Amino acid sequence: MKTTRVLRTPGGLSLRLDVRAVTVVVLLLLAALAASVVLIGTGDFPIPAGDVVRTLLGDGNAGQEFIVRELRLPRVLVGLLVGASLGLGGALFQAVTRNPLGSPDVLGLGQGATAGALTMIVLFSGSAAQVTVGALVGGLVTGLAIYLLAWKRGVHGYRLVLVGIGVSAVVTAVNGYLLTISDLVDAARAVVWMTGSLNGRDWDQVWPLLALCAVLVPLVLANARGLRMMEMGDDVSDALGVRVERVRALLMVAAVLLVATATAAAGPVSFVALTAPQLARRLTRSPGPNLLPSLCMGAALLVTADWASQRLFGADQLPVGVVTGVLGGVYLLWLLVTERKAGRI
Amino acid sequence: MLVDSPPEQRAETAPAPPTRRAVRAFGLLVSVAVLVLVALASIAIGAKGLSPEQVWHGLFQDTGTYGDVVVDERLSRTVLGLLAGAALGLSGAVLQALTRNPLADPGLLGINAGASAAVVTAITYFGVTSLSGYVWFAFVGAAAVGALVWFLGGSRGATPVRLALAGTAISAALYGYLQAVMITDDAALGKMRFWTVGSLASATDSTILQVLPFLAAGTLLALGLARPLNAVAMGDDTAKALGADLNRTRALSMLAATVLCGAATAACGPIAFVGLMVPHAVRSFTGPDLRWILPYATVLSPVLLLGADVIGRVVARPSELQVGVITALIGGPVFIYLVRRRRTAQL
Amino acid sequence: MSGSANPYTSRSTVNRLSAENVTLAYDQRVIAEQLSVEIPDNSFTVIVGPNACGKSTLLRALSRMLRPSQGRVLLDGQVIQSMPAKKVARTLGLLPQSSIAPDGITVADLVGRGRYPHQGLLRQWSAEDERVVQESMARTGVAGLAERYVDELSGGQRQRVWIAMALAQQTPLLLLDEPTTYLDIQHQIDVLDLCAELHEEQGRTLVAVLHDLNHAARYATHLIALREGRVVAEGAPKDIVTAELVEEVFGLRCQVIDDPETGTPLVVPAARTARARVAATEAS
Repeated sequence: MKTTRVLRTPGGLSLRLDVRAVTVVVLLLLAALAASVVLIGTGDFPIPAGDVVRTLLGDGNAGQEFIVRELRLPRVLVGLLVGASLGLGGALFQAVTRNPLGSPDVLGLGQGATAGALTMIVLFSGSAAQVTVGALVGGLVTGLAIYLLAWKRGVHGYRLVLVGIGVSAVVTAVNGYLLTISDLVDAARAVVWMTGSLNGRDWDQVWPLLALCAVLVPLVLANARGLRMMEMGDDVSDALGVRVERVRALLMVAAVLLVATATAAAGPVSFVALTAPQLARRLTRSPGPNLLPSLCMGAALLVTADWASQRLFGADQLPVGVVTGVLGGVYLLWLLVTERKAGRI
Repeated sequence: MLVDSPPEQRAETAPAPPTRRAVRAFGLLVSVAVLVLVALASIAIGAKGLSPEQVWHGLFQDTGTYGDVVVDERLSRTVLGLLAGAALGLSGAVLQALTRNPLADPGLLGINAGASAAVVTAITYFGVTSLSGYVWFAFVGAAAVGALVWFLGGSRGATPVRLALAGTAISAALYGYLQAVMITDDAALGKMRFWTVGSLASATDSTILQVLPFLAAGTLLALGLARPLNAVAMGDDTAKALGADLNRTRALSMLAATVLCGAATAACGPIAFVGLMVPHAVRSFTGPDLRWILPYATVLSPVLLLGADVIGRVVARPSELQVGVITALIGGPVFIYLVRRRRTAQL
Repeated sequence: MSGSANPYTSRSTVNRLSAENVTLAYDQRVIAEQLSVEIPDNSFTVIVGPNACGKSTLLRALSRMLRPSQGRVLLDGQVIQSMPAKKVARTLGLLPQSSIAPDGITVADLVGRGRYPHQGLLRQWSAEDERVVQESMARTGVAGLAERYVDELSGGQRQRVWIAMALAQQTPLLLLDEPTTYLDIQHQIDVLDLCAELHEEQGRTLVAVLHDLNHAARYATHLIALREGRVVAEGAPKDIVTAELVEEVFGLRCQVIDDPETGTPLVVPAARTARARVAATEAS
């Protein structure tokens, strides 16, 4: 299974490519694009895939133009970006905690963002924009709190996990309390938000996500080699010249930003961050954090799940989080059983 | 493996010196006294404060005055707090001993969430309305998750991190399910959002009577397991060498923990961290001998739960904070402190 | 030589790696105070001592895993913490006690990861990298396992793979923390023979922590004996390993005879009667 190819230039530059991983990335991108086209065509006013592509290329009729450009394209773009952010953020978390379950939704980031959003919904009856800001702040504060509480001459994976679980439990209780003091209308709005949904997302959500991804994704990928070394334990990677704490801090900040922003945009869509890196790893069959494949997997997963929820339950009936939650829950069970057999959980 | 204080393990093979035993017995008496005080406080303190005379009157000379009615109401709440607290603390202590994991807690291991999900299912899809009906669902849910966690954690090499992660991940999945139910059904949302926080406020005499048999049976069973669990604490191989019947002990322990936790959850909703904190605090005083830990946990856990309930009634007057919120607010920091205190090598 | 607490006396040349008056502590727990050690260039230095004497801690300080709370560790005349991480990693390699092989990684990939300090974002896998990895695997006798998964290997094979990874780092200095723990006796000797070859044939400076005093005496060219965070003795094994030293460092009655194979000192613990006598004298 030697699938690595090396490209070398006469000038001494060299690139190492895992052929299988590259193939997986390309296929996942194609899948995400295909699902996006189908998703744009899905809704109360169905549009055939051919027309969707034509409209996207600037060659459709006015009615379709409006529906595609103004209503459905931003929603799909939010889905792609949120999925990509969650996939990448999840892969980073799992690599840093060295645990397939160490994903941001288990460690309380989703809960923290929810607390911020619920505060806005329940206490201030905030607008959608205010809820977004609240969620962003909640997620970032929770991420920072977890990191600082876990800090003790460096942050070790296990401590990060356990502190995250503790914080998660506390914030969950606070969220439950906020739900009990709200009136039923706010509570219903809050529960939909807590499940994660792409309904009604527009260009306002696209731009911040896009800007953040444009900055963070290259930054993270540039540090991927250090992260790969850290799989062998802190001592070995230290000895190899990786600044372990610095790389870890940088990547954690990036991961928290990615996840918090994604959550602010679409709510805590459950289990994408947990499953995307695991599925990606099974496809590439290579050790290492598999960052780029996880990113593509996250995007493809979320858009496909959104399409499935619309097809199964009708347009805008059930938020996408229900589908990812159910699929993710089943996958989680399977993961727990197989990973336990391999002694890796 | 996280083991609290290995050197002290020796203390239990040899009988404790008489003075030490006397100190422990005396401590247990003091704990009972504290429990009585907290229980009285739980009757006296609330939206309307009562004087000691009014409490006395209401308890022993009930003539139907306003004070007596308040006492009646708070009495059922207090009794439920006593029972549920003891159940949660005991099941936590048993789970910690069984999994040899000091971070085990029915809430953190997802057992509460299992019971919750089952109860919500019963209420929403099976039209079960009475507690005596859905307490059985709670058992099934708690047992299913308990078995899953046991399956994951009973194996060699399971670390506290793995167990806690497995439990939290399962909880996350189950809470996702709860949310899906609440989204589709506004009526369920109306009821469930109060229940899923964990509260003693809805306690009635009939609630107590319905869960009492289960709690009593579970408590007796758990207390009887102290000696075999002491052997399990030494590790599987040593326990076998000492002649302990491992499988029976495990099965009975899981049964006891499931019944206790399932019944408590059915009656009050999910309450986390009581089962984590109290056994820890107790262990620092009694050492690792479960013959002392279990009775102490039985007495002191209700102190914590009722204390938290009283605090919740006072801090947010005129409304109140649910006891599940208070225990999480106290328990989360304690949990994080425990995690930070431990040395890297022990995990 | 024996008991020379101050290693600075009459040293003409400066060695590449040394610790100067370091105080080593984990949190509040102080392991060693005012400890000074020089690692002679081109030596195979072995650090020995009873459990908890601070030998692994000293090695961690020398390899910059542990920052001394006082004093400094010097590499090529510079404070090691102030140097760029990759530069240190091209000079000094470490084989720690605990290392994790990522799931599903092959031997060749793992050894290849030792090339990290020589690589960059645009120089990910040069022909030189390939050559060094092949050579390191051949050197340690794991070339035949190149495409096998590390999880499938035996303990002895795995340790060879990790050593190969450290070799691929191509450092003139190599530090090994108890490289023979958890290995059978034949694999212990195997690993130590390999270390001796690396030292003799390639002129690398090796520093190892070893548990077994007899292994240390046989393989080391320079021995550092620690007790309670202090250097009790240092020097060539045949100069310093005596019955008195062993009793002072380990509290063990013994005879020291010549190893029939190599002529190096061989420690033979006293029979039980002698130990009983020691216990009796200690008690009184």
